[in-house]
Amino acid sequence: MALASTKFKDLDFFNQSLESGYKLLPFNFIKLDDSRYVITNIAGEYLVITKEDLYAVANKQLCPGSPVYNTLKSKHFIYDDDSSVALELLALKYRTKMAPLANFTGLHLFVTTLRCDHSCPYCQVSRQSEDKAAFDMTPEIADKAIDFTFQSPSNEIKIEFQGGESLLNFEMVKYVVEEATKRNQTENRDLQFVIATNLSPLTDGMLDFCLKYDILISTSLDGPEELHNGNRPRPGKDSYEKVMTGMQKVRELLGPDKLGALMTTTKDSLTQAKPIIDEYVEQGFSSIFLRPLSPYGFAIKTKSFDAYQTEEWLKFYKEGLDYIIELNKQGLYFIEDYTALILNKMLTPFGTTYVDLQSPSGMAISAIVFNYDGDIYASDESRMLAEMGEKRFRLGNLLQDTYEGVMLSDALLGPLEATITESMPMCNDCGFQNYCGSDPVYHYATQGDIIGNKAFSGFCKKNMTIMRHLIKLLEDDPEARDVLLSWVRV
Amino acid sequence: MLQLHTTKIECLTTSSEEAFIARLSENDQYPLPLRGKEIFLAPETHSGKLPDGFRAYFILRKNLDSVEANQDFPNVFIIPNDQHYLRDGDVIRFDPKRIKLHTLYRKNSQHNSLLVTERCNNYCLMCSQPPKDIDDSYIVQDLLVAIPLMRRETEEIGITGGEPTILGDDLIRILRALKNYLPSTSVHILSNGRNFANIDLARKVAGVKNHDLMIGIPLYADISNIHDYVVQADGAFDETIKGIMNLKRHGVKVEIRVVIHKQTYERLPQLAEFLARNLLFVDHVALMGLEMMGFTKANIDELWVDPIDYQPELVRAIDVLARYNMNVSIYNHQLCLLDKRLWPFNTKSISDWKNEYMPECEPCTLKEQCGGFFSSALFKYSDHIQPFSESEMPTKNAPQPTL
Repeated sequence: MALASTKFKDLDFFNQSLESGYKLLPFNFIKLDDSRYVITNIAGEYLVITKEDLYAVANKQLCPGSPVYNTLKSKHFIYDDDSSVALELLALKYRTKMAPLANFTGLHLFVTTLRCDHSCPYCQVSRQSEDKAAFDMTPEIADKAIDFTFQSPSNEIKIEFQGGESLLNFEMVKYVVEEATKRNQTENRDLQFVIATNLSPLTDGMLDFCLKYDILISTSLDGPEELHNGNRPRPGKDSYEKVMTGMQKVRELLGPDKLGALMTTTKDSLTQAKPIIDEYVEQGFSSIFLRPLSPYGFAIKTKSFDAYQTEEWLKFYKEGLDYIIELNKQGLYFIEDYTALILNKMLTPFGTTYVDLQSPSGMAISAIVFNYDGDIYASDESRMLAEMGEKRFRLGNLLQDTYEGVMLSDALLGPLEATITESMPMCNDCGFQNYCGSDPVYHYATQGDIIGNKAFSGFCKKNMTIMRHLIKLLEDDPEARDVLLSWVRV
Repeated sequence: MLQLHTTKIECLTTSSEEAFIARLSENDQYPLPLRGKEIFLAPETHSGKLPDGFRAYFILRKNLDSVEANQDFPNVFIIPNDQHYLRDGDVIRFDPKRIKLHTLYRKNSQHNSLLVTERCNNYCLMCSQPPKDIDDSYIVQDLLVAIPLMRRETEEIGITGGEPTILGDDLIRILRALKNYLPSTSVHILSNGRNFANIDLARKVAGVKNHDLMIGIPLYADISNIHDYVVQADGAFDETIKGIMNLKRHGVKVEIRVVIHKQTYERLPQLAEFLARNLLFVDHVALMGLEMMGFTKANIDELWVDPIDYQPELVRAIDVLARYNMNVSIYNHQLCLLDKRLWPFNTKSISDWKNEYMPECEPCTLKEQCGGFFSSALFKYSDHIQPFSESEMPTKNAPQPTL
């Protein structure tokens, strides 16, 4: 050492405390490929290491001060006698990850009517012909639903109108928006409205109302015209045309930022990843959510769900993601939303409010559904299941039950307690546990059990495959990595 | 470099004064009742008699001819020409007996820093202001006199040491004076953060409610033993991290300062990731070049690395910090050594009084944008300093790092 004088101590002096060995902090691991493992700490930081290094970590054979030792120490997989602040930092990071839980329910879905002019075979809700007013929400139910909504402690309250086709009962949309806005004058929450609609009943009067109340529009766009119309039949076979006309009007009056679209994947979609994405690009969207088909409602009844396996969907997803990454490399900033959700969990200190990627499940505590008849469901999917006769996830009724009665019911607390991934069988020790979530309704629908055997779970297979794929891209493909990192929002 | 201290002072008349703090005035019409507290600084334009009633008189040696100093006033002093920067409104400490003049505050400078103690609980390898284990508590008393004399519109005041938090309640007293006398002045404290591991101190500092307070805290590595080695204090890493968390718990703004040298550059990218994952809530990160002062000169072999050689690490570190939307700046670097992708992050940060350029810089067309050197850099600087010519002027859309 060439330090100036004996006043200074050399590095070895400060390394003495490493000699007493290191301790492991909680972490999970999972095989990435033949030679590599992904290890994740409890705050969701990951590292890809060789099999040999993983064995060395666990067997306490790491060489103190070596680069791999320092990286593991820095990322809080191990700690030594030199520093214990890792424990406080981990606690801080864990609290940060879990913080969205404390906000409690933000998204409140109001089913203003079950009526719909479309007859999509994959529809998650039994459709009803347009004239049956019996399937409309009444002002009495709406008042109760607004009361319920404002009992949520969340500062951010989002009210989303769903159907059926929500706009077929526009009077009720109007009533809820006006009443909730009035109520919010004293509540002072961050209140936002979204109308989920196929846009076919949209009138200029409705748009003026949306402009006045700063309402967002979320529509369905399944892809190019032929695919879209095939997926979404309506009298006149002109669903696509209606969407295009409606979207143009929304962009003109409300602005492009107020318009969102969701696609649903069907068997016909599986070979059309590129045309679907191109459709979204052409329509000026900056992202697409490549969604798998849900196993609910008509989807199960008509066997649409069995029509293709998770495997095939994953092929579709990867093809789509590859194409989207190419688009980004060509200079178009365009995001795949599900990928971005997972990347944010992997690469930032923050958690998510996305219902399917939460522990415990986000049912009722992230999003809650008020059906037209006052029935309260833990999620949109629970409502689908109930329409098929399985009322297990019906939490109560607005006319009969109190907020406390519903939110503290066994029907809710049972599944919540059972769906904490940190303790679920086959999730608790999974290397991806931190990035994943629980979907009790899915597992109940497919396996008859809210937890389910993950070895046979499409949910598990889907997420594990995507996460492995993303980590390989991040590790092995620098160009793709640059693109994926640009999707992370801090 | 400006000489903020001098002892080359000549007393023209008589003086029996103890050391005192005073503001300088160049105004010979200054209201009589106030003169007793001020020092008259004879301006260049002054000629003839000195005005009555000031506590003392300073005449710059080169202006001596035009001033009639042969009066019976006591406390008339000739100050050396290197004190030419002194102006009306500046605040000084003057010790007539030991003929020591020390500039505490310059009204027209953006870089006023108050040294509050020379004691420190770290002993950093590259300390530019080596600590002294002495009783210097008089400094606090001086500053409490000086602060009310400073211009109320002062934009920013720095507090430095030594380690300011060693003062404990005296630091709070200084902060309170700044709050009360300079209510719209930003306050920036340089601290190693260790004493804030005691949350009471963090609470007290936050409780003063200074306007725009920020505490700049160095973190030299993501690894405890490396940081502790650099600051020569076992356990410092843990205390510093806890200190940062406690300050943020109480809503005090924190800046992380990393000095880049041979012991810190290799893990710069890992440190950036550590900051992004653990301390994302800090308000600013400054990645800084080495100052050739104090201990740095003595430990030069253990510290020196040519900035041109750590550009890859610096680029990766900035990539990470910028991607996580952290507010990040590069301090004390010369543009000709910086990867062009880093230019948007470069900040001219060296205090005016010690900012220099080298002979190589003479023809450079980008001098105005460049941070330049610490005057101490004459001791050692990169072999790769190269002036830019006209054709290399950057475009308006400076290149951004690839993220």
